[in-house]
Amino acid sequence: MAMEFPVIAKLLEGRFPEAVKGAVTDKGDPWIEAAADSVPEVLEFLKEEEGLKFDLLLMVTGVDRPDAEGGGSIEVVYHLLSTTEGHELVLKAVLPRENPVCPSAVPIYPAALWHERETFDLLGVEFTGHPDLRRILCPEDWVGHPLRKDYEYPEEYGGISAK
Amino acid sequence: MGPQNLPVQPAAPGVLLTTLDEALDWARRGSIWPMTFGLACCAIEMMCAGAPHFDLDRYGAGAFRPSPRQADLMIVAGTVTFKMAPVIKRLYEQVPDPKWVIAMGACACRGGPYYRHGYHVVKGVDRIVPVDVYLPGCPPRPEALLDAVMALQAKMDRMKTFSAGKPGPAGEPAGAGKEKEA
Amino acid sequence: MSAMEGMEKIDPGGTEAVADVRTQEMFINMGPQHPSTHGVLRVLLTADGEVISSAKPYVGYIHRCAEKIGETLTLEQFTPYTDRYDYLSAMNNNLGYCMAVEKLCGIEAPERAQYIRVIVAELNRIASHLVAFGTYGLDLGAFTPFCYAFRDREWILSLFERLCGARLTYNYVCIGGVRHDLPEGFLEGTRNFCDHMEKTWKEYDTLLSRNAIFVRRTAGIGVVSAEEARAWGFTGPCLRGSGVAYDVRRARPYLVYDKLDFDIPVGRGEAGVQGDCWDRYYVRMLEILESIKIVRQCLDVLPGGDVKAKVSKALKAPEKEVYLGVENPRGELGHYIVGGGGKNAYRMRIRGPSFANLTILGKLLEGAMIADAVAIIGSLDIVLGEVDR
Repeated sequence: MAMEFPVIAKLLEGRFPEAVKGAVTDKGDPWIEAAADSVPEVLEFLKEEEGLKFDLLLMVTGVDRPDAEGGGSIEVVYHLLSTTEGHELVLKAVLPRENPVCPSAVPIYPAALWHERETFDLLGVEFTGHPDLRRILCPEDWVGHPLRKDYEYPEEYGGISAK
Repeated sequence: MGPQNLPVQPAAPGVLLTTLDEALDWARRGSIWPMTFGLACCAIEMMCAGAPHFDLDRYGAGAFRPSPRQADLMIVAGTVTFKMAPVIKRLYEQVPDPKWVIAMGACACRGGPYYRHGYHVVKGVDRIVPVDVYLPGCPPRPEALLDAVMALQAKMDRMKTFSAGKPGPAGEPAGAGKEKEA
Repeated sequence: MSAMEGMEKIDPGGTEAVADVRTQEMFINMGPQHPSTHGVLRVLLTADGEVISSAKPYVGYIHRCAEKIGETLTLEQFTPYTDRYDYLSAMNNNLGYCMAVEKLCGIEAPERAQYIRVIVAELNRIASHLVAFGTYGLDLGAFTPFCYAFRDREWILSLFERLCGARLTYNYVCIGGVRHDLPEGFLEGTRNFCDHMEKTWKEYDTLLSRNAIFVRRTAGIGVVSAEEARAWGFTGPCLRGSGVAYDVRRARPYLVYDKLDFDIPVGRGEAGVQGDCWDRYYVRMLEILESIKIVRQCLDVLPGGDVKAKVSKALKAPEKEVYLGVENPRGELGHYIVGGGGKNAYRMRIRGPSFANLTILGKLLEGAMIADAVAIIGSLDIVLGEVDR
């Protein structure tokens, strides 16, 4: 049975009163914000709990918000899906832009392996506990993180002009 | 490509007389071996050109070789990125002389739709390897690729390896040295 | 007879004979230029004799910055770029993107447009599966299926050409509907194609699916259990090949799929083990038939009316976030669009199904034979343009 978002949100808030910082429902698809440190626990709960069973991690991504209060932030976004129950959930963790560090979801969902590498490559989020955190799309000696809002296009790479 | 395309001198019955240059150019243009080397969308159209409907073999250019060592034509079909650039350069160097390059598609010609905001896209494969034929389009139709192959064959016809001294490097018209002497 | 006697004496599993042989691991670099990696995938294999002990995939060789471009250009301008990440199913990409924008901006496409979208998406699915069928045969040494598949694919491409003038990158589905109405003769041509495809499908099936060599090379190879498939984020035919009947068209219906009758084929381990290469391949084959069924139903009930809703010329993305997944030939294509009030998206993330399906490759190749690597990569049916975007 698919669960509605408010029910899931309530369930999470009851289980993790400290870690879950609240639900946002008025901006398109609703999402739940959780503290970065507790992301693995929350994910584990979402995956294992009877009735929730979020067995498929669709993607992990990030959003750069340099104008957010406190020197800017980077949001790490998890899209989850349950193939058996049929519901979806969006989970967010907000990190400081200066030093974005987040525990890796790979031990719970191996599917995060490349998604986290991509988020590291394009946005510079460091996932602690990730078994193989390297750049994935750009070459390994690439400078900068292209999807940061203040990224400047390179002049040249490997002796080839990029303009 | 039948022997009737080979310029011959009238001779005794059963004897064909031609120059080595003519014979070599004729043989080359009739047996182009492209490398199986697809990058992106254009590669699908390249496959279509090799498939039954368009049949690149009719022009003697359908023997796709998986190894650059056996090929003499590199069709750069798709977007060239900075990560791929050293690989393409090496592949080109592995192709034995004489060799030719077709830049297929807008991306290979000049970066295509990724020219402006594609931070990771090389704005044209001619920044890495010399190009003989530019084939724009996004992606070009298989007929356009056939046309590019024929344009290349016309170029091969002008190579004149022996009279020009040595095979001209790809990208420069062959036999250019001789014209300068004259 | 004497030769047979001699063979019997050799103990294949014996350790005595090989105890003194010094062995060492060998590195094999496969790609990025390799005829069977379906593009520019590079895999670094560490092999102990014929057995792969570890494999490291490298991607990014065709990273074309689609997400950055999606953040820079306006919503309308980005549509042609969607054609180019999974270039074998451009219609489906257009559809996924346009529907995500429609969800973001609160636009609804007219009913006729919805049916037309289903028709073109399913035709494109057939075309894409035909390429998968043809190239998979090619990977495993059968050239004929490739010729047959491309012959029939041309039929679909010529239908699309009549529709929008392009063979590969259509840009036909647009925000608010489709660019223009169906041309004359399109419906008839589509019907004829469906009849033709249904007939030749049987030929394909006997030519490749039941071919003894093909079965021996794919059955029981590259097995992914249902549990693993979910954990590694499989979607589409790969997930269904492992026996999980999950299809976005059925689970979270969009367009008019909830009004249409179709089955979800799943892998049953007919030729070997459930979730092997053959199962993934065969799910695609069965999906061709399902797509024909869907197209026919749409042709029968295609309503009249407009094909495009009124969309503001200066379409703005409101400050909202949406995610919309559609069922592409390769799995769930998701667009996560964050609006920032401007004409462009603030953040555009494309969840390419090939990217997610390929994640498992390193693990799947471990312990496999070198010759099976090609069979395994081919069975995942990846498009590198979408892996790297």
